[in-house]
Amino acid sequence: MSNDIVTRMGDGERVSLSAEEIREDIQAGTADAAQRGGIPELTAQEQEQLFDIIADPSRIVSVKPGEEVIVTDDGCTMSFYSGQDGGGVGAPLSRMQAVLTYERACGADTTSLGHSDYSYKPVKPIINFEANDYYNTSMMTTAPFFYGAQPNLGLYFQPDGPCPNAAELMPMGKIDEARRAQEEAAGHLTKDLVFVGSRLADVGLEGLNFDTSGSAGDADFMAALQAVAELKRRVPDLPILMGASGEFILGMHGEVEYAGTRLAGLYPQDQVRIIETAGADIAGVAINTATTESLPYNLARAVTFVKAASEASNIPVHANVGMGVCGIPMMEQPPIDSVTRVSKALVQLGKADGL
Amino acid sequence: MGMHIAHIMASCMGGIRTSGDLVAWMQMTRKMRIHEAKAYVAEKLGVGIIDLTDEEIMRDIRKDLGIGTVTSIAGGPKGIRAKYRIADLLGINIRSVALFKSQMGFPG
Repeated sequence: MSNDIVTRMGDGERVSLSAEEIREDIQAGTADAAQRGGIPELTAQEQEQLFDIIADPSRIVSVKPGEEVIVTDDGCTMSFYSGQDGGGVGAPLSRMQAVLTYERACGADTTSLGHSDYSYKPVKPIINFEANDYYNTSMMTTAPFFYGAQPNLGLYFQPDGPCPNAAELMPMGKIDEARRAQEEAAGHLTKDLVFVGSRLADVGLEGLNFDTSGSAGDADFMAALQAVAELKRRVPDLPILMGASGEFILGMHGEVEYAGTRLAGLYPQDQVRIIETAGADIAGVAINTATTESLPYNLARAVTFVKAASEASNIPVHANVGMGVCGIPMMEQPPIDSVTRVSKALVQLGKADGL
Repeated sequence: MGMHIAHIMASCMGGIRTSGDLVAWMQMTRKMRIHEAKAYVAEKLGVGIIDLTDEEIMRDIRKDLGIGTVTSIAGGPKGIRAKYRIADLLGINIRSVALFKSQMGFPG
């Protein structure tokens, strides 16, 4: 009889590994994160704890009573009524019904509303519709109710937006032109983020989520930081959650700064500091999942990064645990054996304040 | 969809089933880390940290305080009426409640 342990690959495939192979992957994963981020590896004891979580024979694992954390979301309620593209199950529910179901039937700590495109730019022309839906639903909800979307700088480049396309300019060697295009786009993005946030604040917005910030690079991240700061200046009591999109900020521009810090290449422990500097209340971190590596490898990397970020932060740190981040396999319906192991490890070893 | 529910089962505080919403408010409005937020809420409720996620204990507390129960009780506070009480209980500003109070002519 084999003593192999059943676990997953980063794309969700079920694999059997020996205990030795799992320990080797944990060591390799934490070493990779430590080397890339300039942060400590997990200790031998922590690696053994992670092994125990991964090797647990139960299908589902969990934290101990008293260790629970806050779970926020990135448009989870949309998954009730949306389709495959959004990981949705296509149940014919209204937005309000989905929010209340998530709050009451699922016992979520917080809920949220978002536009189907899940970017802020498309919200701008329909802000009155969104404000109306948000306001009506906020009268019904008891748990904290966020409005969330992605900054998504990419929508501001031609042909979707007004600015020259930086991704087309760079291959032509037009680096200065590409940088100017990104700076121009970032200016538009900041204005839109502040516009949407301010208008929702007028109808009693309880919390705003800038989700997946920096997906189009450092100028995207900068625009979100500037919007956080401006919204905090205009609406000081508005709680803001700003989450990142990857384990380091892509240097698509390479030179933009915030508060004297160059944003390109920042890893989670520095991302949370700059998010805190801008004035956000909760920082989200996202660690990339490698689809060709095992869950032990990916989760060890994620725990190493999240632990460093949590130690560096003075504000709550929530680890993004959607499809393809922080050790969750990259597929539409991640197996719950892997999801619960990620959940437990990021709380117990990563010391996350939330997920 | 199932992924979110798996996270809730594995490590979530339980929302209005227990006290997850209350602890979340403290993270959002006071930037409290998880242990500080739990301690603050536990002190306000007069319970231990371990009790915050105990449905058997929290259900009665929520019902007695009128801050919303997960099962629907006819006539029981829920939604904005429960949040009105939560803001008062925790000593925080909930923006939707502030708007509601201004519309109703209640003192700020």
